[in-house]
Amino acid sequence: MTVNVLLFKITLLTYFAATIFYLIGVISRKDSVRLAAIWLLSGGFVLHCSTLAARWFASGITPVASLYESLSFFAWALVGIYLIFYLRYRTIMLGAFITPLALVLMIIGSAAPKQTPALNPMLDSWWFPVHVTLAFLGHAVFAIAAAAGIMYLLQERMLKSKKFSGLFYRLPSLDTLDSMNYKCLTFGFPLMTMGIISGAIWANSAWGGYWRWDPKETWALISWFLYAALLHGRLTVGWRGRRAAIFAIIGFAFLLFTFFGVNLFLSGEHSFRNFTGQ
Amino acid sequence: MHIVIVGLSHKTAPVEIREKLAFAPTAMERPLRQMLELPPVAEGLIVSTCNRVELCAATKEPEAAMAALRRFLAEYHEVPPEEISSNLYSYQGEEAIRHLFRVSSSLDSMVLGEPQILGQIKTAYGYAAEFKTAGLILNRFLHKAFSVAKRVRTETAIASNAVSVSFAAVELARKIFDRLDNKGVMIIGAGEMCELAARHFVTNGVSKVLVTNRTFERAEKLAAEFNGKAIPFEYFVEHLAEVDIVMTSTGAPNFILGQRQMEEVLKRRKNRPMFLIDIAVPRDIDPKVNNLDNAYLYDVDDLQGVVQANLKERQKEAGKAETIVEQEIGQFYQWLGNLEVKPTIIALRRKLEEIRQQELDKTFGNLKDLTDGQRRSIEAMAGAIINKVLHQPTAVLKHSQNDTSGEDYVDAVRTLFDLPAPAGDDKEIKPLDDTDQE
Repeated sequence: MTVNVLLFKITLLTYFAATIFYLIGVISRKDSVRLAAIWLLSGGFVLHCSTLAARWFASGITPVASLYESLSFFAWALVGIYLIFYLRYRTIMLGAFITPLALVLMIIGSAAPKQTPALNPMLDSWWFPVHVTLAFLGHAVFAIAAAAGIMYLLQERMLKSKKFSGLFYRLPSLDTLDSMNYKCLTFGFPLMTMGIISGAIWANSAWGGYWRWDPKETWALISWFLYAALLHGRLTVGWRGRRAAIFAIIGFAFLLFTFFGVNLFLSGEHSFRNFTGQ
Repeated sequence: MHIVIVGLSHKTAPVEIREKLAFAPTAMERPLRQMLELPPVAEGLIVSTCNRVELCAATKEPEAAMAALRRFLAEYHEVPPEEISSNLYSYQGEEAIRHLFRVSSSLDSMVLGEPQILGQIKTAYGYAAEFKTAGLILNRFLHKAFSVAKRVRTETAIASNAVSVSFAAVELARKIFDRLDNKGVMIIGAGEMCELAARHFVTNGVSKVLVTNRTFERAEKLAAEFNGKAIPFEYFVEHLAEVDIVMTSTGAPNFILGQRQMEEVLKRRKNRPMFLIDIAVPRDIDPKVNNLDNAYLYDVDDLQGVVQANLKERQKEAGKAETIVEQEIGQFYQWLGNLEVKPTIIALRRKLEEIRQQELDKTFGNLKDLTDGQRRSIEAMAGAIINKVLHQPTAVLKHSQNDTSGEDYVDAVRTLFDLPAPAGDDKEIKPLDDTDQE
């Protein structure tokens, strides 16, 4: 087992522990449980950084080429972006959604083959890591928006129905959750846009065409339009709250489908098979 | 030395009796001094609020002291003792400690977790300290009670959720808006309830207040109180979009605000959320408004429901608080026990014996060629030094047992020789926290 795979496994275990603490934290009255969760997650993130670094040094390319690598990178971006949001909003509960998601990505990743792919000459472009990094950062920001959206819907339902569970006291205010939605949109949308543009430039240098309508591209474009509509609605028509929350959740479902579904059910240039010859 | 408490509270006495036995908060010197003149009472403290009277004393003879305090309470207020005896409770030892800890942690209050009682006990202690009726024991006891109360407040959620309708409204608003300082509130109908709730909103940061009423003069009067603006009743709907929180309590027989109107208002607000509180009976706002996106409508029953739920939460937390109290009783009781003379003398002797043994071991380790006889002489000399040093302190301690200075000497000896630490951390009495409210 190489160093980076060992590190990956330790990271996965740490995320697992953090997830347990977050889930207990949802029902527990003790703040110490939630604090332990955030520390475990932070520790896991540091380990994850070293995992990626080790992989990078070992293979010499940005570790985003195989399914295993990209899942790990996605989870890393997710946790990193969440920790930044935590510093800004101090909402521990958000982690109860993000951490399990990161854990699931890591578990799927751990089932995938881990050897460094024999580099496809197609990937040997400066645009490739730029494209993938931007896309994943965008995905991670939108994941936060979706989690905030779920929290918004929960909190809103309690306020409307006037039936409060213990969760009510631990969830942030509607205003906070809605402003998170907006923040995510203003960061995530440019990231996603640049991700698509850089992807098109890379495609041009690899295949000699900017856009080929392969399934992944199509689905990414649909998601992009969805977020564009939400941003437009927020800025001009005064969409917010519930509607914005639902949009953020649907948008992220589309992104997940773009990432997983397209690889599993449809085939195209973005399939990892094509990259690695497996 | 023992601690005893004689008193009555809302649980044991109706208000007619409580008001007869209350002490005027401005004239505490006379009762405190009289209490200290009772023969068995060594230190005294009086807590008197509208819900309870507690006489707390440190004494050598607990039974006699409790009887004296019961008599004192009746005689001071010129009430026949037998008339009130069934309303009084008396506690001694561990029970007395538990009682005061529970009272100051607001576990014995009418509204569980209300914060005022701690301030009232602090004030009572302030008088006892001022007139020097509290000494070593009560000083330590009260400080301990304050720190227990603080632990209960910080470690449990007993005081966290609102248990009054107007506070529940503020709390709900915080769950919608997060910050209230840039928000506006409109009061429709200048009733008393609305005024109270509005005051809570203003103290919690709401900056803009609009008031409307069928009689414009009343609206103007109330608006002036909040530095707000009065609006003619006919036009209030047009101003609704300017505010985030609406409170109504008019006597109107029908709805004064319907779904259609609110839809318009929300559209003009670009869907920024609105919190509507309808305190009127019959209701002022069509309940269908609650179905609109971004409008949250609460009527009186809804708010009562929130209050009930919060009370239930507090009761759950009370169990945790009781555990904390139990832990702290043990600690304090131990300290009180340590103030006994005999164990102190034994502990002191043991401590010096330990030092003697350590030093002898060290010395013998360095001087390896001593004969057995020489060793014995050195050991004997060290023992003699201890006995000489201990002679006078022991005599003073034994003698002090017979008067009230005993505890002071014991405490001093325990501190000077660092004998097993008495419980309780002495801290300055702080004024009531600004955060205390309700």
